[in-house]
Amino acid sequence: MADNLDLDGLAALPRRNGELVFAEPWESRVFGLTMALHEAGAFSWEEFRSRLIDEIRREAEDSEGQGYWRAWRCAFESLLHAKGICASGELDGRTRTLAARPPGHDHG
Amino acid sequence: MSAGHHHDDDLAVRVEALEALLVEKGLVDSGVVDEIIRHYEQDVGPMNGARVVARAWVDPAYKARLLADGTAAVAELGYAGREGAHVRVVENEPGVHNVVVCSLCSCYPWSLLGLPPGWYKSPAYRSRVVHEPRAVLAEVGLDLPASVEIRVWDSSAEVRYLVLPERPRDTDGLSEAELARLVSRDAMIGVAQAGNPDAQRG
Repeated sequence: MADNLDLDGLAALPRRNGELVFAEPWESRVFGLTMALHEAGAFSWEEFRSRLIDEIRREAEDSEGQGYWRAWRCAFESLLHAKGICASGELDGRTRTLAARPPGHDHG
Repeated sequence: MSAGHHHDDDLAVRVEALEALLVEKGLVDSGVVDEIIRHYEQDVGPMNGARVVARAWVDPAYKARLLADGTAAVAELGYAGREGAHVRVVENEPGVHNVVVCSLCSCYPWSLLGLPPGWYKSPAYRSRVVHEPRAVLAEVGLDLPASVEIRVWDSSAEVRYLVLPERPRDTDGLSEAELARLVSRDAMIGVAQAGNPDAQRG
């Protein structure tokens, strides 16, 4: 039963703080972007949190906690769209453009 | 949302696109984002909370301030939260054990403990510790006698809780720094006791 809590899972790997915080680079980027915009005053924390709660509830229906950062990203995108900061369609378009780059493109 | 389900590779590209657009709009600076990530990965972590707990153990006046106004007392030690939530410290005593959760998402005292571990964010912990805290604590190795009252504190955007564990016995001769090393992250969430060398998982 303790396995349900994932105490020995990937998230428990040791790091300087005793915790591996992010498993994938995109997770840390979306976290950093959220905090940067919040600290710049683009939205209140509660505006973000209410969306995060909704997305986590949705993720929990089809996964077992693996989708936390996916839920975070959905909440962030939804908030940016709602605030008129970055429309979903604009993001879809840029994502397609970047995805169409040839293999071995320069990340810089 | 149009952004429904994506594989992780797609997500990496999507977040890259998001950052590019926000930078082009002049809303964020990638260097600032780098610095924020570095801060949360390296500067904040359970050692901050452990220092607060050790100070409270050795300094009764500080402990009184900490329990009365956690936000101000942790700021005395330089741990003001960037996210602006209030910190409330709840004290374990003989017969009373406190445990912290955020049942709706993942609210957590970041400035004192860093970002939360995976299990804290899991649906299993978030739902079960509210309804059956004694069973959950027993499963993770904290068997509390039936006579001990368990208080579950549900974090919110406004208030983030930190457990002040009981000072272990036979630690009278230890310095504040030595005491801080007995305080694990898990003890400050309330899923372990202080001073147990096996308490800090991972």
